[in-house]
Amino acid sequence: MNTGLLVLAGALTGAVGPGISVLYATYGEVITEKAGRINLGIEGSMLMGACFGFAATVETGNVLVGVLAGALAGMALSLIHAYLVVFRNTNQLATGLAVTLFGAGVTAYAGRGYVGSSIGGLNPVAIPLLSELPMLGKALFRQDLLAYAAYALGPLLWAFLRYTRWGLSLRAVGENTSVAFAAGRNPARWQVAAIGAGGLLAGLGGAQLSLALTHSWTDGMTAGRGFIAVALVIFGMWSPVRAMIGAFLFGGAIGLQLQLQTIGAPISPFILDMFPYVITLAVLAVWTGAALRSMPEGLKGVLKGTI
Amino acid sequence: MASLAAIQRLHGWAVQLTAPPLARAIGGVGIALFIFGLFLAATGRNPLSAYAALYSSTLGSRTGLSEVGVFMVPFILTGLAAAVPAKVGLINVGGEGQLYLGAWAATGVALYSGLSSPWLMLPAMIAAGFIGGAIWAGVALLLRVWRNLNEVISTLLLNFVAVLFVNIFVFGPWKSSGGFGYPYTPDFSAAATLPALFGTRLHLGLAIALAAALVCYLVLGRTRWGYNMRAVGGNVEAARRQGIPVARYLAVAMLVGGGLAGLAGMSEVAGIQHHLRPGISSDFGYLGFLASWLAGHNPLALVGAAFLLAVIFVGGDVLQITANLPSAAIYILIGLMLFLVLGLKKTSREGA
Repeated sequence: MNTGLLVLAGALTGAVGPGISVLYATYGEVITEKAGRINLGIEGSMLMGACFGFAATVETGNVLVGVLAGALAGMALSLIHAYLVVFRNTNQLATGLAVTLFGAGVTAYAGRGYVGSSIGGLNPVAIPLLSELPMLGKALFRQDLLAYAAYALGPLLWAFLRYTRWGLSLRAVGENTSVAFAAGRNPARWQVAAIGAGGLLAGLGGAQLSLALTHSWTDGMTAGRGFIAVALVIFGMWSPVRAMIGAFLFGGAIGLQLQLQTIGAPISPFILDMFPYVITLAVLAVWTGAALRSMPEGLKGVLKGTI
Repeated sequence: MASLAAIQRLHGWAVQLTAPPLARAIGGVGIALFIFGLFLAATGRNPLSAYAALYSSTLGSRTGLSEVGVFMVPFILTGLAAAVPAKVGLINVGGEGQLYLGAWAATGVALYSGLSSPWLMLPAMIAAGFIGGAIWAGVALLLRVWRNLNEVISTLLLNFVAVLFVNIFVFGPWKSSGGFGYPYTPDFSAAATLPALFGTRLHLGLAIALAAALVCYLVLGRTRWGYNMRAVGGNVEAARRQGIPVARYLAVAMLVGGGLAGLAGMSEVAGIQHHLRPGISSDFGYLGFLASWLAGHNPLALVGAAFLLAVIFVGGDVLQITANLPSAAIYILIGLMLFLVLGLKKTSREGA
């Protein structure tokens, strides 16, 4: 009983750290999908962010340069997707996967000299007083700067999408490009911007992963986190604030896995590794029905398929 | 915005390059090779000698050619795993996971069925591989039918689960005691291995894959079933009103797709590895999915796309040695090809 509580407390404390990188990617995908496009290439953008963020930090010794490089690398990759789907009308799912594959190749090539390098990285900064709060204080307020930025970004993005002219334009394009066009907006420009912003945020998430969480670079280290972000967008009903719940749920699955591993629970480590994927799927299976009603109209062609 | 103007100029060129399918494929591949050559040159490598090595190591020698055939097997089968569901409008990105489940099920039969005749053993393994892959696709299908969860997302996430699922067995109960601690299952008996062809690594799996492609081509293109499938994929409501049992077609297409990917896993363990181990697939499922898009979901064109990918895949190993490129660098080349072949398509309608 006591062990159970300790494990849960540990999982909660450990939920925030691993959730942040996915949270950034989820924010990015929310923006992309609000403009009526889907980008499976954010898995590749995360890899780009992790690789180039890490490499730039090693080369310059400055972690902020690393964060910036990671974000820009993620955006650069997503612009390939943007060009192909917006201007060439290619299939979004196939293009996104091709973009992810391409990103995996680029990072394997560019990052091979950096496997095993060590960096100072982004380290936790405890916020006075708040970090002293029992349980949640340590979990939420003893994190790196990118984590604090992520807390703020959720409500900010929500307000941006809901209350600003730009947010309105973005959503209008996502609902119906013809109507948005008739209202004097250039859908192509908005969609390219949204996909680019999505890649930028996914790149930030990747940079957070390699600079703050693991302090290392390895090939394919994102392990499907970008795809999980695509799933969490649905769970979060295309809302940046609800996306936070999803990302911390994912983080909690990883936290739980690590806790059970630490106490030596008699479960195969591979079953524990399944947790994040299976829990994401299970939560989606319960939620999707209701969530789909919030789907931007422009996505229905791709995501709803034939049924 | 200057950058937007630049994109629009690029776009203009791309529009002019729009061409019929075969010319587009050749053109796209040619341009991709050219760009990759520039990349090789920029990093201090001689692109001509690299491409010469790529040719002589694949199409230029008997061994090379047989290796190309070896890699065509998983590309064709996982490509069909995407192409068949695509005909009814389902998008199966789960070939990777279905391949693993097929390999797992076939391994279970090979190790524990006790069959001694290859005439019984191999069909049993083929059936197990097919069913294993179909079950994994069936999970995504059930989530779609019961919970309206999009199959793109479920199949993608299930891929990661499948890899871990196989690990449970090869690191656990199925681990060979004579494997020097490596996570391999015991080697299969002779009855459980697909016969090799021409004294090379090539095996009967290639015949299975080619036959599967031909059957899919004929069924999809020449039968009432294929016609109905395309009707369902085109307009599900219209198909329903014609009295086509839509749900049955959707289910069968998805399960057959998963089964074909499962056959890819079966043929990897029975034809090449002769045991099960982690990492039997080098992203075959994802590459097969993309090959299917390259081929416009046409099973015969898919054989060509699989051939192309196999040449690059086998050649990539050689580039690793001769040009000192990490093996994953060929994903740059494959990515470029996909961008170009997809992007040079006529843009009259979305996602065709």
